Amino acid sequence: MENAKIRIRGLYVRYSDGKEALRGVDLDILPHAVTVAFGPAGGGKSTLVKVINRLIDISDVAEIRGEVLLDGENVLIQDVNVVELRRRVGVVFSRPIPLPLTVFENVSYGLEVAGEKDKKVLADRVEKALRQAVLWDEVYDRLNNPAYSLSGGQQQRLCLARVLALEPEVILLDEPTSALDPVSTARIEEFLEKARRDYTILLVPHNQQQAARMADYAGFFLQGELIEYSRGEEMFLNPKEPRTRDYVAGRFG
Amino acid sequence: MNTPFELGRRKVLLNKHTVQTLGFWGIRLVSLVTVLPILGIVVYIIAKGASAINWGFLTQMPYDGMRAGGILPAIVGTFYLMVGTSLFSIPLGIAAGIYLAEYAPETIWTRMIHIAIISLAGVPSVVYGLFGLGLFVLFFQFGISILSASLTLSIMTLPVIISTTEESLRSIPYSFRVVGLSLGGTQWQGIRKIILPQALPGILTGIILGLERAVGETAPILFTGATFFLPRLPHSPMDATMALPYHIFVISTQVPGMPIEIQYGTVMVLMVFVLGMNLVASLIRSRVRAKRQW
Amino acid sequence: MRNSSEKWITRSIQIAGSSSILFLLLIFLFLLREGLSTLGEVPISKLLAVRWYPIEGLFGILPLISGSLIVTIFSILIALPLGVGTAIYIGEIAPRSVKEILKPMVEVLAGIPSVVLGFIGILVLSPFLRRALDLPTGLTALSGAVLLALISIPTIVSIAEDALYAVPNTYRDASYALGASHWQTIWGVVIPAARSGILTAVMLGIGRSLGETMAVMMVTGNAPTIFSGLSSFIAPVRTMTATIASEMGEVATGSTHYHVLFFIGIILFIFSLVINISSSSAIRKRGEKKGQVVS
Repeated sequence: MENAKIRIRGLYVRYSDGKEALRGVDLDILPHAVTVAFGPAGGGKSTLVKVINRLIDISDVAEIRGEVLLDGENVLIQDVNVVELRRRVGVVFSRPIPLPLTVFENVSYGLEVAGEKDKKVLADRVEKALRQAVLWDEVYDRLNNPAYSLSGGQQQRLCLARVLALEPEVILLDEPTSALDPVSTARIEEFLEKARRDYTILLVPHNQQQAARMADYAGFFLQGELIEYSRGEEMFLNPKEPRTRDYVAGRFG
Repeated sequence: MNTPFELGRRKVLLNKHTVQTLGFWGIRLVSLVTVLPILGIVVYIIAKGASAINWGFLTQMPYDGMRAGGILPAIVGTFYLMVGTSLFSIPLGIAAGIYLAEYAPETIWTRMIHIAIISLAGVPSVVYGLFGLGLFVLFFQFGISILSASLTLSIMTLPVIISTTEESLRSIPYSFRVVGLSLGGTQWQGIRKIILPQALPGILTGIILGLERAVGETAPILFTGATFFLPRLPHSPMDATMALPYHIFVISTQVPGMPIEIQYGTVMVLMVFVLGMNLVASLIRSRVRAKRQW
Repeated sequence: MRNSSEKWITRSIQIAGSSSILFLLLIFLFLLREGLSTLGEVPISKLLAVRWYPIEGLFGILPLISGSLIVTIFSILIALPLGVGTAIYIGEIAPRSVKEILKPMVEVLAGIPSVVLGFIGILVLSPFLRRALDLPTGLTALSGAVLLALISIPTIVSIAEDALYAVPNTYRDASYALGASHWQTIWGVVIPAARSGILTAVMLGIGRSLGETMAVMMVTGNAPTIFSGLSSFIAPVRTMTATIASEMGEVATGSTHYHVLFFIGIILFIFSLVINISSSSAIRKRGEKKGQVVS
């Protein structure tokens, strides 16, 4: 597709212990939409997330081949400015991992390391990000409390806010609600509903129901390969590939 | 199960419970024997030394060949040595600890660094003294000075600071570093803003324990910086100095007619110094455990 | 700009990281520099003689080695049961409240400077031993051994305690399930499982004792005599460390005596290196093995 924000071609990733996490994946991730990467465990979805923002650098990887083009430029080449990349491509992990700092400092961390010193600018951006993450009303009077004083759901929205503060272009979410209760899960999904207009979103869902709810586009991953890719409704109502059909029907998990 | 046991001409049956009771009491006794000397020493020193401690003792210069007056120069000298040792060992030790915990790859060279640290920790203190003499006093020609002694003590203190720093940093969850990187921070920014502040109490404990040992050691400063008859306080780092451990050694073995209260008093001052540092380190350690957020 | 200052910082950290290797080499180098010439100045046969009397040019180091060994071995005989026993008590038997007092007390012992122990040795221990055992002098190997035991006990307790702690509870549970008492479990299961760690603790205790200077210098009487049977234990001796410490102040730089003292330093350095490296690799191996057992 011409207007793909991220274009992945022939992505192959092998870890040092021999495991081939991704085996020649071709995928287009479109802007202003939620693309869902789903499938059973071991499919390579987490690896995919780590590759796109180069967090894969700190893993024990033996070999990476292929291209990951962000706006036409390959992010896998050596002299890419990884720091810059990670500001454009933010990630939310499956467990809330607040930094051992205050609520405010968690959200402002990305801005501070980017060099922003103006206290007014920081305060404004922090508030904006917290509002976007639907967390402001709950923490506006506790900004200087330790982030760990928040509940699990609040912490995860905090992790989302600190990504949003950097005003990224792409947001990757790797099972962001797997550790959360249904109410908090709903909040996160609310955010994704609204945010899809403004960002390019790649979501690894917690379960198939979430995948079906959120997907504008969906890719089914099985053991490192992209088996099928289509629009959300088609994927879950009428999958074409037999393996996709079996998984969606619950014949294996 | 009963164990037949011959006691004299009688056969006594010891079941396992009796054996256990006896055994436990034996072990308790052993521990008591270990602990009693500790208590005994501390109590004895306080009892005999407290009478000598007064403001004058701590702040005046000695006279009459150290047999009277105060021990100010020894206290000041020990303090200077502590400062000098800190200056060299703390930055170097923390940096090395950061390297080992955060940057060092898993190579043979890193393994060798760890071996070197363990080896340095085991070098006898008198060998450090020889080394200090050979390198700092003679080769660099710093002479017998606070500088030479501090440098020698610093190298001796280095292993403790490096190990504690490395351990403290490693105890911080790895996920924090990943998060820091994912938000566009560099590795050093993450260390500086997130990891190091969390590890600071542990590092501080290590520093205090390292300095505690440096303050109490005599052999490394014997030929590198310590002196006995000093008519005044040291003026510069190139001066030799008096120091509490050396002072204690000399007044208890080489000065005839040394009043016993002054000996015990000096020992008590050193003990308070050292045990005080021990206490501070313990307090920091337990406060860390209580305050941990994650 | 930030990048270049960060590069500078990272480079400094890397250099600092390798500094310990540098210092270790430096120590060895300077010991050799001042001590190796001994081999040229004093024939080996004279070095390995039994009389140490520098004033008359006699540099036999055997009595010094003998002195160090006697005091160290004797001290381990005392420190091993006391240290391991205390470790067993703390680790396996003592209730929480007692532990909270006992552990800090052992740490206090670890913190007492050796010169203070030597001081107590001169004023309290030696006179006591002299009267109790009816000896001509209290400044003997025995006094030194007692003080060295006090010095090495904290090391032994700490490491042995770690070793006992590292024994998985599943071992203990299995033993109880078979009907063994706590005591039988300790001796039948826990201690054998921890034996390499306990051995390491003892080795490190030995290393500590061999390297100790002030305490032994103050109470062992400083008479360089060679081992001559059991009576040596209650006679004055001279350790290698005490020799260096007491004679270095009076030698002329560059004299043969000076070189020989450095030579003794080399021997001490190599001893401590061997002990520490071998016990550290034992600790590491134990750490790896533990991982396998638990997972």
